Amino acid sequence: MLKIDQLSKTFYPNTVNEVRALQKVSLTIEEGCFTAIIGTNGSGKSTLLNAIAGTFIPDTGSITLNGQNISKWYEYRRASLIGRVFQNPFAGSAAEMSIAENIVMAMKRGQNRSLRLAVTQRVRNEIADRVSVLKMGLEDRIDNPIGTLSGGQRQALTLLMATWLKPKLLLLDEHTAALDPKSAAKVAELTKYIIEKENLTALMVTHSMQQAIDLTQRIVMMHRGRIVEDYRDEMKKRVRVHDLIDTFDRLQKRELFDESVAELLLKQYV
Amino acid sequence: MNLVIGAFTMGLILSLLSLGMLISFRMIRFTDITVDGSITLGASLTAVLIMSGMSPWLACLIAFLGGAAAGMITGILHTRFKIQQILAGILVMTALYSINLRIMGRSNIPLLDTETISGSTETLLVNLSGGVTKISLFGWPVPAGDLAVFISSLAICVLLSIALSAFLKTHFGTALRATGNNSQMVRAQGINNHTMVVFSLALSNGLVALSGGLLAQYQGFADVQMGIGMMVWGLASIIIGEALVGKSGIGITIIGAILGTILFRLLIAIALRWGLNPNDLKLVTAVFVFLALVAPTLFKTLTKSIFGGQRHA
Repeated sequence: MLKIDQLSKTFYPNTVNEVRALQKVSLTIEEGCFTAIIGTNGSGKSTLLNAIAGTFIPDTGSITLNGQNISKWYEYRRASLIGRVFQNPFAGSAAEMSIAENIVMAMKRGQNRSLRLAVTQRVRNEIADRVSVLKMGLEDRIDNPIGTLSGGQRQALTLLMATWLKPKLLLLDEHTAALDPKSAAKVAELTKYIIEKENLTALMVTHSMQQAIDLTQRIVMMHRGRIVEDYRDEMKKRVRVHDLIDTFDRLQKRELFDESVAELLLKQYV
Repeated sequence: MNLVIGAFTMGLILSLLSLGMLISFRMIRFTDITVDGSITLGASLTAVLIMSGMSPWLACLIAFLGGAAAGMITGILHTRFKIQQILAGILVMTALYSINLRIMGRSNIPLLDTETISGSTETLLVNLSGGVTKISLFGWPVPAGDLAVFISSLAICVLLSIALSAFLKTHFGTALRATGNNSQMVRAQGINNHTMVVFSLALSNGLVALSGGLLAQYQGFADVQMGIGMMVWGLASIIIGEALVGKSGIGITIIGAILGTILFRLLIAIALRWGLNPNDLKLVTAVFVFLALVAPTLFKTLTKSIFGGQRHA
């Protein structure tokens, strides 16, 4: 279970460039729940994901995962609990190293790395076995540098690597956004398959509302560093793309007003 | 023949420098200038310790550890104090200049008639050949001492290469290689990339210092100036090696670095024999490395300007 409590982060504080990226965000995600985070550009959804991954340390608030307060952990330490897939398909693997070498690193995610031979025959068989699930023919190419693969293939492998050891939390940061439509559909399908099969707790940032509706069990909408909507259970089952777009429009219309005017009107009309 | 043996021996000794730099330059992609200082550190430590009567093997081990400490400091300056790679290296290299002078007490220590690591091999060779000091090799008489140094250097080089290659194929070694390739990915797999950088620089400079220690024994002196330009020499050797055998696989890369160093030494020996002024050596090397670095881009630009307009993305 992931529990985020009153998380705040301001970038460039007390300057003209001040960005209040997260403002007292609280969110609890139950074990085995696949949640999507949607929102406009600059709404703080990627920042939230990075805060959980440990790319930066938040100003205030806490993050609890698997009963442990990980707020002060370094990024590499959090990797023992968290699997990640990035937006950039090249970010999740080492291009000049082979498929097998990349995966062997994922097999030891968050563990001590010994001075034993990494890619043994037993490991190779295991890798070929699990890679064949992707149905991309990669099991015959596990000694090829991963840089020779296409973006879609690399992203599929990154997803496989992130879930090779069952993570307590899987973070997907717009992981299909940079792929061509066909590869994106394939990776999305694979995501759903793996998450359901392993019953993973996952958090996915996406720009595709259709994808959020199709894949996940819960949709959280963010705007200006705050969570503004939370569709879950029955409500999530009923929600359609146009509902989400309507909500976006409403948020944007409110922004046309000065904030104080909005507050005033809200008091009168709501 | 003596020229060839000499170039080979020198090449084998300096290939430890190339192997060290292979780790920093090629594996973790760290432009490490500490090398210029740590090779002298290795030489000066070995010279002083051997002069004080210590076993040359133990002296070499201490040289290795000294170099490792220097590399570690460069790594910490970069990772913990966020100093740029090159500046961190320059700081440590500059500091090492004074430290080396302190260690030696003067700028030059001659090592004449002292014990070296090849001493026992030489005795063995002389005994085997029945007491003669010149051994016939393919018809050429070669001093037993020279041959002994060659054999010892070869043995050390082969053993260390095998060890290094095996190490780089372990779980830890795989993580080390990935650190230079994609540090974001490495962190996401739970590896502390900063620790990896510090460790790699320690290992790299340890090998470089060991090379310096062997070099001092071979040339018979340690000099505070001897490290100047060594980084560029090592880089030239690595580039030649990659041109020779490519870089597919760890074993190949390591063999390439060794062959590259030997070939580079041979080329230098031949150039000097043909009358190249030794003072010009570093200039020539620098120009060579420059050309090797720009050649791929230059080549691409040339092809583009010749075939320009005919192909596009």
